[in-house]
Amino acid sequence: MTTWLLRRLMQAVLVVLAMTVIVFIGVNVIGDPVEILISPEADQAERARAVAALGLDKPLWLQYAYFLWGALHGDLGRSFVFNEPALRLIAERMPATMELAVTAVLLSIVLGIPLGLYAGLRPNSLFGRSIMAGSILGFSLPSFWVGLMLIMVFAVQLGWLPSTGRGATRALFGVQWSFLTRDGLQHLAMPALNLALGNIALVLRLTRAGVRENLPMDYVKFAHAKGLTPVRVVFVHVMKNILIPIVTVIGLEFGSTIAFAVVTESVFAWPGMGKLIIDSINVLDRPVIVAYLMMIVLLFISINLLVDLLYTVLDPRVRLESRE
Amino acid sequence: MSDITLDVRDLQTHFLTRAGVVRAVDGVSFTVSRGRVLGLVGESGCGKTVTGFSILGLVDPPGRITGGSILFRGRDLTKLSEPQLRDLRGNRIAMIFQDPMMTLNPVLRIDTQMIETVVAHAKVPHAEARRRARDALGMVGIPSPDERLSAYPHQFSGGMRQRVAIAIALLHHPDLIIADEPTTALDVTIQAQILAEVQKLAREHGTALIWISHDLSVVAGLADEIAVMYAGRIVETGAVASVLDRPLHPYTHGLIGSVPSRNRRGVRLKQIPGMTPSLLNLPAGCAFRTRCPRADAVCEQDPPISEPVRGQKLRCFHPQLELVA
Amino acid sequence: MSTTVLPTVREETPFRRFAREFAESKLALFGLGIVTIVALLAILAPWITPQNPYDLAQLDIMDGRLPPGSKSADGSITYWLGTDDQGRDMLSGIIYGLRISLGVGIGSALVAGVLGTALGLIAAYIGGKLETAIMRLVDLQLSFPAILVALMILAFIGKGVLNVVLALVIVEWARYARTARAAALVERGREYIEAAECLALPRWRLLFRHLLPNCMPPLIVIGAIQVARAILLEATLSFLGLGVPITQPSLGLLIANGYQYMLSGKYWISFYPGVALVITIVGVNLMGDQLRDVLNPRLRR
Repeated sequence: MTTWLLRRLMQAVLVVLAMTVIVFIGVNVIGDPVEILISPEADQAERARAVAALGLDKPLWLQYAYFLWGALHGDLGRSFVFNEPALRLIAERMPATMELAVTAVLLSIVLGIPLGLYAGLRPNSLFGRSIMAGSILGFSLPSFWVGLMLIMVFAVQLGWLPSTGRGATRALFGVQWSFLTRDGLQHLAMPALNLALGNIALVLRLTRAGVRENLPMDYVKFAHAKGLTPVRVVFVHVMKNILIPIVTVIGLEFGSTIAFAVVTESVFAWPGMGKLIIDSINVLDRPVIVAYLMMIVLLFISINLLVDLLYTVLDPRVRLESRE
Repeated sequence: MSDITLDVRDLQTHFLTRAGVVRAVDGVSFTVSRGRVLGLVGESGCGKTVTGFSILGLVDPPGRITGGSILFRGRDLTKLSEPQLRDLRGNRIAMIFQDPMMTLNPVLRIDTQMIETVVAHAKVPHAEARRRARDALGMVGIPSPDERLSAYPHQFSGGMRQRVAIAIALLHHPDLIIADEPTTALDVTIQAQILAEVQKLAREHGTALIWISHDLSVVAGLADEIAVMYAGRIVETGAVASVLDRPLHPYTHGLIGSVPSRNRRGVRLKQIPGMTPSLLNLPAGCAFRTRCPRADAVCEQDPPISEPVRGQKLRCFHPQLELVA
Repeated sequence: MSTTVLPTVREETPFRRFAREFAESKLALFGLGIVTIVALLAILAPWITPQNPYDLAQLDIMDGRLPPGSKSADGSITYWLGTDDQGRDMLSGIIYGLRISLGVGIGSALVAGVLGTALGLIAAYIGGKLETAIMRLVDLQLSFPAILVALMILAFIGKGVLNVVLALVIVEWARYARTARAAALVERGREYIEAAECLALPRWRLLFRHLLPNCMPPLIVIGAIQVARAILLEATLSFLGLGVPITQPSLGLLIANGYQYMLSGKYWISFYPGVALVITIVGVNLMGDQLRDVLNPRLRR
């Protein structure tokens, strides 16, 4: 178990390092690094100073070393636009994005699994078939357009929910969260639902496939033969078998959800990391771009590692074999 | 009170598929009495397993019981509602399946799977249910049952798993156990142990046992009565010794003859010529006539159930009476 | 005895069989119809649209933000779907936008397909360290969400239609590679490959003339799915302002343009391009679903 863990950690570290190389190359090799790293508004003298200060006159590998050194100390440059450490900017906005992503994942579980169960148990019913047709839409509809339509219907036409922005926040563990206030929840509702749509469709289809795959299995028949109620057969026997792969996929999708929040945050003007990165790309605030990419990769790798760990804990076959 | 635990009369279970009607069980009748073992034999696909499922009402759509009756201690199971059937399953009638790896849920612990069976039919507290589960494991000869209870199915060997399945079947001391090829997936040595185990338990508790198998030798050692099935119908029934020594039906005769152990060395293995007809397209009349050396024009009619020798019933126009000297 | 006349059976080529099985789903045919119509619209755009939305000279800003059905100031054109803030006819804009969406979507899928398939086949056939290296790269690539990779690339190389195509190709190739390798591994063990090897055919000929055709079915399925994903991704990137330039708007950019006007009730600027996008993607997906059912050997009846 520990050897496996160590091996995965090593792999993770390697991937993060690879990412630093890629990001470094992207910034310093593709395109003019002077253009990229120095604010376009600097004049000649400032430029020369900045070049020296940033070490752009030094050999490439040395520059990479400085970059890595800085990264390990949490220094990924200062934002041109905000004139603050880029990493701090990202960290400030992370809770908002997390709120959105976590809510979306929760929604996908709360809505996706029951709907998928129904579609799997009653595949030929009208509702069952509509659910499946609906899930195809979940993949095909452009998330940003659906978000716009949601705003149009619920904010503009009906006036039930606010159209953009994050609502009032309250502190918990030193961080500001908006789901703790009513106003915050109202602002959270649409963006979270919008972000969740793809996830809901995915979980739904997975659940349905799992049910269809497991229902004809012998253990289900045996459970019936023991005289157990259908409710118990589905919700204990079948569920436990389907949940393991579903939880794994949901875990892996969490990282994608955080990345995709970029779109939702743009549509709903949600002040998270995603909106920051889009704005930064548009104004070429490269330090922020670098900081965001490194942050997201780190998040991603950690989530994948945790999910792998979770899987070994959940599936008794894997867990016990690795111990023997 | 009647000693007959199960009385199946002219059972028919058909599957309505897109390709046509599959008559998996097409007029099956037999009885099993208290404490007796009935061996239900036939080749793969003859409908033995579907018969077993039909008794428990576990036939999946597109199949359903389309005719006949199944009298379990006087009650017709085909007329019962689903909750009533659920009441009996695992309680008064239990089933043991062929492959224990697939029948035990791989992600649930053994005690969970046993305790839920206890609690489904008896209002006992959890601790008591666990105790009963432990005792049942001990009864089937599983050592250190307490540890075993907390284990998962994949931690057991095949023979152990099947013992667990038998233990589950015995939890409520059922009146009838249907065992569907329970030893086919096991080693021969384990097979012998399980057979002995089951036989003992049946005798001790007066449980009626239906042992479904395609293996004649197993049935020969275990069963009291035998019913031979072919293409959805029972073609011959009787006491095991009589039927195996003097098979009246040509199919039974062919079946016994083709058992390899009965062959002399160097002599070509006997086979019944031809192939089993598809259950979608059964020939009219006797289903065996296309392969039977004794068939003639009269066999195009459905042979009625006759009893040429006392205690041995069969469906045949040309029973092998010459064997009954 | 009566004589029976046997009907002449026309021999069914694999393609005919495929076409027949494909046509068994009404939905798939519907999808095929949609895609054909969209493609025709895109190809015939310059001839069928009332206006060329890229030609700034033809735009009259005074006609901006008109609701659907209004006429232009000089009465020459009816804006069936309204105009955007630049005075662009939405209908024309949408049809031209379809051009870009389809062009980028299909183009990138094709290039990625060729690249990914080649790499996957080579990996499977040559094996060893090369295979491990390629597949590790594939795994790494696929563990990251597409939008992130595309964002990253566009952040480094800048915007533009070709850049978007490049970004999409980099995002998509890995899926083809993985599928091609899996299919090739299965086919490699088959006897016809052994036979071809005995004939001492040159390697590349073996790969591309013998191995490839038999790996095609799953690749076609992936291709259809990827086209839909590419169209969706391009639209998303354009919406975010990272894709095509504003003078040649694709559907995503059209939708973005209409964003600010939604709050004042001018829904058509965002609504109709979105509908066109949805219809296109749904059409491709419907086809893709049926292709997958027909071409999947496991589901074959």
